[in-house]
Amino acid sequence: MAEKRTVEVSLSTSGLDAAGRPQRTPLVVDEGGRISTLEAPPSLEPELIGEHMLINIGPQHPATHGVLRLVLELDGETVVRCIPHVGYLHCGFEKIGEYRQYNQIIPWTDREDYLNSPGNNVAFALGAERLFGVEITPRCTVLRVIAMELSRIMSHLVWLGTTCIDIGAFTPFLWSFQERERIYTLLEQWIGARLTTTLTRVGGMGADIPDGWMDGLRDFIRTLPKTIAEVDRMVTRNGIWVGRTIGIGAMSAADALNAGLSGPLLRASGVAYDVRKDFPYLDYETYDFEVPVGTDGDVYDRFLVRMEELRQSVRILEQAAARLPDGPVNVDDPRLILPPKSKAMSEMESMIHHFKQVMEGPRPPIGETYVAVESPKGEKGYYFVSDGTPKPVRWRIRPPSYVNLSAIPQMVEGHLLSDVIAINASIDIVMGEIDR
Amino acid sequence: MTDAPLMTPGSADPASSPVTPHGVPHRGGPMNPSAERIRARFPAAFVRAEVVWGETTVFVRPDAVQDIVRYLHDDDSERYDYLSDVTAVEYRDLELPLQVVWHLRSLPYRRFLRLKAEIAKSAPLRVPSVFPIYQGADWLERECFDMFGIVFDGHPDLRRILMWEQYQEGYPLRKDFPLRGRFSRSEQLRQALAAEPESRYSMTELTIADAFEDLPLEMRRRLAGGEKTGE
Repeated sequence: MAEKRTVEVSLSTSGLDAAGRPQRTPLVVDEGGRISTLEAPPSLEPELIGEHMLINIGPQHPATHGVLRLVLELDGETVVRCIPHVGYLHCGFEKIGEYRQYNQIIPWTDREDYLNSPGNNVAFALGAERLFGVEITPRCTVLRVIAMELSRIMSHLVWLGTTCIDIGAFTPFLWSFQERERIYTLLEQWIGARLTTTLTRVGGMGADIPDGWMDGLRDFIRTLPKTIAEVDRMVTRNGIWVGRTIGIGAMSAADALNAGLSGPLLRASGVAYDVRKDFPYLDYETYDFEVPVGTDGDVYDRFLVRMEELRQSVRILEQAAARLPDGPVNVDDPRLILPPKSKAMSEMESMIHHFKQVMEGPRPPIGETYVAVESPKGEKGYYFVSDGTPKPVRWRIRPPSYVNLSAIPQMVEGHLLSDVIAINASIDIVMGEIDR
Repeated sequence: MTDAPLMTPGSADPASSPVTPHGVPHRGGPMNPSAERIRARFPAAFVRAEVVWGETTVFVRPDAVQDIVRYLHDDDSERYDYLSDVTAVEYRDLELPLQVVWHLRSLPYRRFLRLKAEIAKSAPLRVPSVFPIYQGADWLERECFDMFGIVFDGHPDLRRILMWEQYQEGYPLRKDFPLRGRFSRSEQLRQALAAEPESRYSMTELTIADAFEDLPLEMRRRLAGGEKTGE
């Protein structure tokens, strides 16, 4: 990564000291509770000392990527303090989950991280299957890997496009959304829905892939690297891009780990933690792929890590497409999988299974499990507690971008107001997941 | 990507190569060695340990949580440097105690441990905060307080996060909280509109220099009229 840093830019951020660390100006409060004096950094004009301004960004602001509200304290144009407010999109997913059977919760997982719906569906099904003690079929395993990597590409492409817009480049947005559209077409052919896929069921998939679908997938993974290379050529060494991103919002490895960051943010800081490698699921250890790791943890490194993850996802997709076995998609367990409609209407036993499943729902044994997957945003975990009834006692989402966003004050303090937009974009937040 | 990562998971146990778990038994199986060490080191605080679906859960007394987590974080043979999640569980059987759950990961050893503390409903719902150890516990503990009303002693800024700060109906994820809320739909709508969370600033925010003068006229009038600003 170091040899890519060939563009020299002079950082004009007044809030950075010579070593590049953000300067923080402590507020001094006297006994009456009034702010009396401020320790001014030496570079400031003396008459401006003490003139702090309150700026409110959001909740309705296009650059906050959703209904996020940031209250900023500014010294000139430098952010001294940042107080984030979330919760505007809270709709109680976890509470609703306690009143639904397991298969009925899957549509809700589409709607939390809505850029990554297939990935959430797979993660939920993995957790529920652990709770039921079910082993899925080999074909289902590979199909789920394809779904997860497609949704990672989807989410990263949205991130790429919107971040480019935030920093001032419009063209990559069009390119990446065009590619994303092709994935949505593939998903539409597979399951019938584009955004809210509800792709999985406990014990299998909602549908097998249609005939000829793999050709469409192969076509996509053959041409996607060209688009990535184009964006790479346009952006990676672009002076404006580099000037807006290098050294901005840096987190050290120790800080990032302690703050609970995960995903590309943590890896950009130099911690090679990837759930797919370290706590594998879906036989990810049998795929040959690399985990890109940055060194500086700034916006630029996060961008490089995500670009490389796009290429690695293509590699995984190639391998998955090559190894997709034949066979059934769903497990052979009538307690979990609905019988085909024709059988349910003609055979007594199938009809009973159908009735029991729809009216009561499958019952997992008493127990609990926490299953984490590597979502595009980081470690996404589903925690289930079952008391033996068809509905979970507790369904908890571990939202990666919620924890990632909680570190935003640490990232933005000492930077310029315009850098707040770049840093916020680099976190890759989805408010549906943060507020749930 | 030529530079070596600054921190590699599995570094303390380089021989291990993690694989996808298959055929995990419902109960039993190998237990995380940290559970035994917690029992030896904190005999008074250790309650029990169990393995469910291959995941080790250690039940401990609530007041010792911070000490145990600090030991798990600092000790060289544990190195639980990553806090995945803080949450709570309330069972449908209201007699059962409330459980606070910490999900910890040791990246150098690639271990996963679930720590649980049970709080009886009759006792005050208080547990020590792990914020001094993991900064990432900040919003996770705030959410747990918001949703369950569990107070994390030692958290520097424990206030509601997903619900607005004036929210009075209670704690939404508790089992005695009805799915549709406590009031009628129209009353809930009225309250939500009256709350105007986006035009409120907390007292902390209003201390920002002479911020009061910069506020919109309408808000200054409301504040001068004695309206609460949240905290």
